[in-house]
Amino acid sequence: MRIVIDPEAAERGIRRIAGAIVERARGAGDVCLVGIRRGGEPIARRLALAIEQLEGQKVPLGLLDIALYRDDAATALPAPRLGRSEIPFAVEGRRVVLVDDVLFTGRTVRAAVDALLDYGRPRTIELAVLVDRGGRELPIQADYAVRAVEVGVGERVDVAETEAGLHAVVLAQGEPTS
Amino acid sequence: MTESLASRLSQRHLLGTETLSAADALRILDTAEVFFDVSRRPVRKVPTLRGKTIVNVFFEASTRTRTSFEIAGKRLSADVVNFTSSGSSVSKGETLLDTVHNLEAMRPDVLVVRHSASGAPHYLSSRVRCGIVNAGDGTHEHPTQALLDAFTIRRAKGRIEGLTVTICGDVTHSRVARSNAWLLTALGARVRFAGPRTLMPSDTSSWPVEVFDRVEPALEGADVVMVLRIQRERLSGALLPSFREYSRTFGINERRLGLAAKDAIVMHPGPINRGVELDGAVADGPRSAVLDQVEAGVAVRMAVLYLLCAEPGQAAVS
Repeated sequence: MRIVIDPEAAERGIRRIAGAIVERARGAGDVCLVGIRRGGEPIARRLALAIEQLEGQKVPLGLLDIALYRDDAATALPAPRLGRSEIPFAVEGRRVVLVDDVLFTGRTVRAAVDALLDYGRPRTIELAVLVDRGGRELPIQADYAVRAVEVGVGERVDVAETEAGLHAVVLAQGEPTS
Repeated sequence: MTESLASRLSQRHLLGTETLSAADALRILDTAEVFFDVSRRPVRKVPTLRGKTIVNVFFEASTRTRTSFEIAGKRLSADVVNFTSSGSSVSKGETLLDTVHNLEAMRPDVLVVRHSASGAPHYLSSRVRCGIVNAGDGTHEHPTQALLDAFTIRRAKGRIEGLTVTICGDVTHSRVARSNAWLLTALGARVRFAGPRTLMPSDTSSWPVEVFDRVEPALEGADVVMVLRIQRERLSGALLPSFREYSRTFGINERRLGLAAKDAIVMHPGPINRGVELDGAVADGPRSAVLDQVEAGVAVRMAVLYLLCAEPGQAAVS
């Protein structure tokens, strides 16, 4: 097991991303965050808090479940975990930042973009992740990443939330989740 | 992976609620919550069942149930085809099994079957490879109606366990009453039947219900009042003197509803005979959940179709 992000690095990285998001539009303005369930949820919550601390203004936070939009939905039915999406604001015309824990093949993000468009037509959609581990199968990239890591064939990246904060580790093939 | 096992139903068909486990019923209700949200979005459609084919095979008249299944399938992006027996080869003498085998040869994933003979979907289920959903068979079962009723009750009351549900009217001819009695008791409710003796099954001893031959004591303290339709097409004159007589002794009106719990809701599977089994003012009143039931129907049927369209033998992985 190789630790790639510890709680302190996660906090620092998320603060940095919050700054970059605000910087891009010169203020938090009409930005809203949408976490991809379930991995993106704790990261989106922390990012919302970091932007609020920076700008003194609350950022709308939604959660998106993409099980119904997977490109293997019809052959891998039913999805093992079907959760509810909660988007308590109109995305129409807004600047949306999608948030996930690990960016790998890009298929989850593709599904999330499709799902989001069924809620309305945002002005822009950006992507923020905790770990970019490479290995893309679709032409998708992150606008903001706390850390990019090299991951070998067969290895996987696990993100966990404990009381201390967020941890990201690289596990060898077959190594149990810590 | 235990989670992926729990995410599918333990059976390939939905034939009735008597044989449905509480775990499977809750899986359907929880899944329906997700689809309820989908139906309230600007884009009321998800791409999940793209490439799947669902055939509504209706040998008995229905507009509400057929429309509900059709909308449910379309909101999941499945291709939905409606087959009605009038104007088909059935009128030329084709048997039920031949008709269904012909439809099956077109490779549907799920057949939604309504038939006037009790047990018809069950008979078909052992003779076809695709999934069968019972959309009402004779006077036997109507499982998706009971599931949408349970969903409506759970949303209105926050729970089902511990509630008292009074089902009143023509119980003998009602597949809705049967399916609800099995399902709601499995989910922890107390179910009461109320109706004239002539419209009550002769032996209810094997049923998990309390039977009343007057409606007033059955209504006392009820959290849910479910009113059944007087089925003119299934009734012969001997069972009921007149509709006016029925309305006077068993009809649900504001006065009788006063016996139920203060926050009781009133349900009806439709279509309503206004002024016979249910007073128009109650049907349109603040305690009526009739249109909530119709909305719930689409969500519940989406959940059933979604869960039954699983590829046989293929485990889902995240």
